[in-house]
Amino acid sequence: MKELFKYLLASLVALICACSGNPWNSPYPAADAGKNILYTAFAERPKHLDPVQSYSSNEILMTTQIYEPPLQYHYLKRPYTLIPLAAAKMPVPEYYDKEGRRLRDSADAAQIAYTIYEISIKPGIHYQPHPAFARGEQGAFLYHDLTAEDLAGVYKLADFRHTGSRELTAEDYVFEIKRLAHPKLHSPIFGLMSDYIAGLKEYSTTLQTAAVAQLDGQGGNDYLDLNSYPLEGAEAVNRYTYRIKIKGKYPQFMYWLAMPFFAPIPWEAERFYTQKGLAEKNITLDWYPVGTGPYMLTENDPNRMMILEKNPNYHGETYPSEGMPEDMQAGLLADAGKPLPFIDKVISSRDKESIPRWNKFLQGYYDASAISSDSFDQAVQLTGQGEATVTEAMKDQGIRLETAVATSTYYMGFNILDPVVGGVTKQGRESARKLRQAISIAVDYEEYVSIFANGRGIPAQGPIPPGITGHREGEEGINPVVYDWVSGRAQRKPIEAARALLAEAGYPNGMDAKTGAPLVLYFDVTARGADDKSGLDWMRKQFQKLNIQLVVRSTDYNRFQDKIRKGNAQIFEWGWNADYPDPENFLFLLHGPQRKVGDEGENAANYSNPEYDRLFEQMKNMEDSPERRQIIDRMVDILRHDAPWLWGYHPKDYGLYHAWYRNVKPNKLSHNNIKYFRIDAGLREQKRREWNEPVLWPIMLGLIVLAGGLAPAVIAYRRRERGAGIRSRKSEIPGARGGIA
Amino acid sequence: MLNYIIRRVLYAIPILIGVNLITFTLFFVVNSPDDMARMQLGIKRVTPEAITKWKQERGYDKPLVFNDGEEGFAKFTHTIFFEKSAAMFAFRFGRADDGRDIAHEIKTRMMPSLAIALPVFLLGLAVYIVFALAMVFFRATYVDFWGVVLCVALMSISSLFYIIGGQFLISKLWHLVPISGYGDGPGAIKFLILPVIVGVISAAGANTRWYRTIFLEEMGKDYVRTARAKGLSENVVLLRHVLRNAMIPILTGAVVVIPLLFLGSLIVESFFGIPGLGSYTIEAINSQDFAVVRAMVFLGSLLYIVGLILTDISYTLVDPRIRLE
Repeated sequence: MKELFKYLLASLVALICACSGNPWNSPYPAADAGKNILYTAFAERPKHLDPVQSYSSNEILMTTQIYEPPLQYHYLKRPYTLIPLAAAKMPVPEYYDKEGRRLRDSADAAQIAYTIYEISIKPGIHYQPHPAFARGEQGAFLYHDLTAEDLAGVYKLADFRHTGSRELTAEDYVFEIKRLAHPKLHSPIFGLMSDYIAGLKEYSTTLQTAAVAQLDGQGGNDYLDLNSYPLEGAEAVNRYTYRIKIKGKYPQFMYWLAMPFFAPIPWEAERFYTQKGLAEKNITLDWYPVGTGPYMLTENDPNRMMILEKNPNYHGETYPSEGMPEDMQAGLLADAGKPLPFIDKVISSRDKESIPRWNKFLQGYYDASAISSDSFDQAVQLTGQGEATVTEAMKDQGIRLETAVATSTYYMGFNILDPVVGGVTKQGRESARKLRQAISIAVDYEEYVSIFANGRGIPAQGPIPPGITGHREGEEGINPVVYDWVSGRAQRKPIEAARALLAEAGYPNGMDAKTGAPLVLYFDVTARGADDKSGLDWMRKQFQKLNIQLVVRSTDYNRFQDKIRKGNAQIFEWGWNADYPDPENFLFLLHGPQRKVGDEGENAANYSNPEYDRLFEQMKNMEDSPERRQIIDRMVDILRHDAPWLWGYHPKDYGLYHAWYRNVKPNKLSHNNIKYFRIDAGLREQKRREWNEPVLWPIMLGLIVLAGGLAPAVIAYRRRERGAGIRSRKSEIPGARGGIA
Repeated sequence: MLNYIIRRVLYAIPILIGVNLITFTLFFVVNSPDDMARMQLGIKRVTPEAITKWKQERGYDKPLVFNDGEEGFAKFTHTIFFEKSAAMFAFRFGRADDGRDIAHEIKTRMMPSLAIALPVFLLGLAVYIVFALAMVFFRATYVDFWGVVLCVALMSISSLFYIIGGQFLISKLWHLVPISGYGDGPGAIKFLILPVIVGVISAAGANTRWYRTIFLEEMGKDYVRTARAKGLSENVVLLRHVLRNAMIPILTGAVVVIPLLFLGSLIVESFFGIPGLGSYTIEAINSQDFAVVRAMVFLGSLLYIVGLILTDISYTLVDPRIRLE
């Protein structure tokens, strides 16, 4: 009882304190007011924070602040440019033939047997403080042989009293590359990398055998010492240099070196986390990363909050002093040369629903926000020139809008294996091509973007989005099958052109010329709610322009994937988000040998064109050059002609930022950007108080109304009680008739 | 009574097996182990080898309920159903598909769920009974009439509206409490005020009417007439006689939900950002995490059975005429 009383008293005091210095509706402790903290929100909790496994964008947003791969993208320069991060300088690929002779940089790809990337890292980089490195006085690791007793009071990583650190070495990068093949881990890029990194596929088998032997011999110890098993494709040359051996030539490999898959992992961390009893407490490398980056994850409660704090051992980096010409005017170079990071702490709160997220942003409790369809009209207005800008209400709050076209594409694919939209005979394939072209003209993506994406997107002219080499602007960039260049802008061909193509395809006015039956096509989509009905109705109408009946086959995502994998879909919607800024990352989606059916690749349309495939093989190994761009142009022309996709649109990301949030330049490929951001915490505090003054009169009014409403009832109750008393007294008089109230 | 309780506990075993079987069937009618693997491994660059490996590691590479490749009893035990279900009865829930320990998650998420559900339950019970008694006291007056109208109006509104409306009025317009979030210890109080208010109001209509009906039914009984005949005042009749006799149906509804309070509320937790078991269940359903769905359904069934047993026991406490044989 005494405890309960103390708890209640403490609660009351906390409540009063919380209300005194802070706005009442602040979700943060009063002690944090005015501090240099960035506040963000996340809707879905990250599944993996182990760099070898994390691939989703919400995971990478976290891991890239903690882990440091050898390379990174320049924050301000466009097109996206790779620069060293942990690497001392940009690695230069060295080419070798079968006999091991060094080849010239311009050597033909067919001659190149393997490529060596020798990467030197900066000395003096240290890991964040972590118990895996903690050593006792004798130099032995304190927490590498934990017993059940040691773990009795441990519930989270912070419960280990001692921490340590050590210098980053080249071996740590090699260790991580080996982890791509670890039998207990599921690296999504293992399949791809085993085609390129020498010996990685065989290494997986070696580790599998070793893991089984270890399990049998040691009674289930999970730690597999990768340092004991050499990998042909990755080795440390010295303390600060390591070498990666790639089969053949793979220029895109440099981009992979900017992803967390190639960040360093210290063997001590693996050794520490694989101890028995830790996984049961959810203390794993997948949840408590160990990195050298500007931030470290100090609290990981993905159900509620994730907190990043400045890494005290961070080696330091400075804000870029070069950028694009417009960056100077935008004030993005004002901090040039200043040490990073600017922000001390990042608090990411979990808010699953968009309404509370949006309202908290408006109250100043989140520093930035995306714009959902529900709040679009409240936030954004279009100027007379069609330019998006914030509404007056947002402007009054000092909120600004930043937009950027995503390096993504949403498309509608045709399954080329389908007899109607793909064709079987040569003549059938030609008819199907014309049918696809006709549909490409009929489906008006300008209208779609305007209605369903609030104008946030640009209709695609091909598979390559803006910002990626191979995308062309203006007249030379239009898809001549669908558009004409009229008065300096792309104009969709008239519907008559589509009807003519349809007739040539053998379906005049949407009827099969041979059978006279109406043309019915099937559109496979993932299960949709009521909100998507209008979108599907709109799509039906687009096909109806050609008198084609579109039947929507809605299913859940698993069934949808299954249909795509088996080639049972006819027309489907899908999208792709770039891994790296190279056209190969989009053009491979239509590469014949990477078809879904039979090859388990990413070519969901099962499209195959020998000429295209030949050009793809040629292009993928080339460095960026005018010659390569010509090949890409030719490939895009083939695709436009064959129309295996309706090219759909490239989404445009809109982000809202408060006035106190600075140094923001949307960068769709680089995610380690928090170190560049700056917050004016004083301004934020002032605005929060201004915007969140408690309004008390409704409570007073409510109490008055309640009292007013109850008063007659209370009077009536008293009258009745008095009446009952009088009557009951009367009933005590002999002969009088008692009454019941 | 002990015999009765033991008998009820034994009855619970086939019920739990049945529930487990139904959950298993429903889940695997919609999903295959391959689907589950794809869901966890992501969309991009998932190879068939990765799917096979994922299934092997989690024991989803076995047949669902009958293993033709095994001999004897192993035909039934070396199956996904048996292996996943047997451990459950020992309260070994295993790991979620994302690798996190389910028992640990349940332990940590139970308190936030309870932090909302318990005040809503207690405060709600008190408020509904008080309002129902007031309406009965003033029966056939304007208080009763408008009270019923208000109850019907409250019942007609979707619970989502209360949440969004509450957040809009109390947090957004009046700036009195945070819109959503959760804190540790006493820091949680300011986050709980709004969900508790919303929770109490959203269920007020139905519950107050129900209690009113119970009280009115009691009011027509002989002992009430006797009490009045004795000259007792109306509030004494209501509070000392009617309320006590109406406890049996109230307990039927109230005690059975007490154990379920641990499981939290699906929508409220989601909207108010409360990291409880309700939101855990919703997430598991969305991510097709069978291990978590199964564990939560099992726990729900178990707690429901416990609630029913507690209800039976509570009958004997409020009504000495009842004996559990």
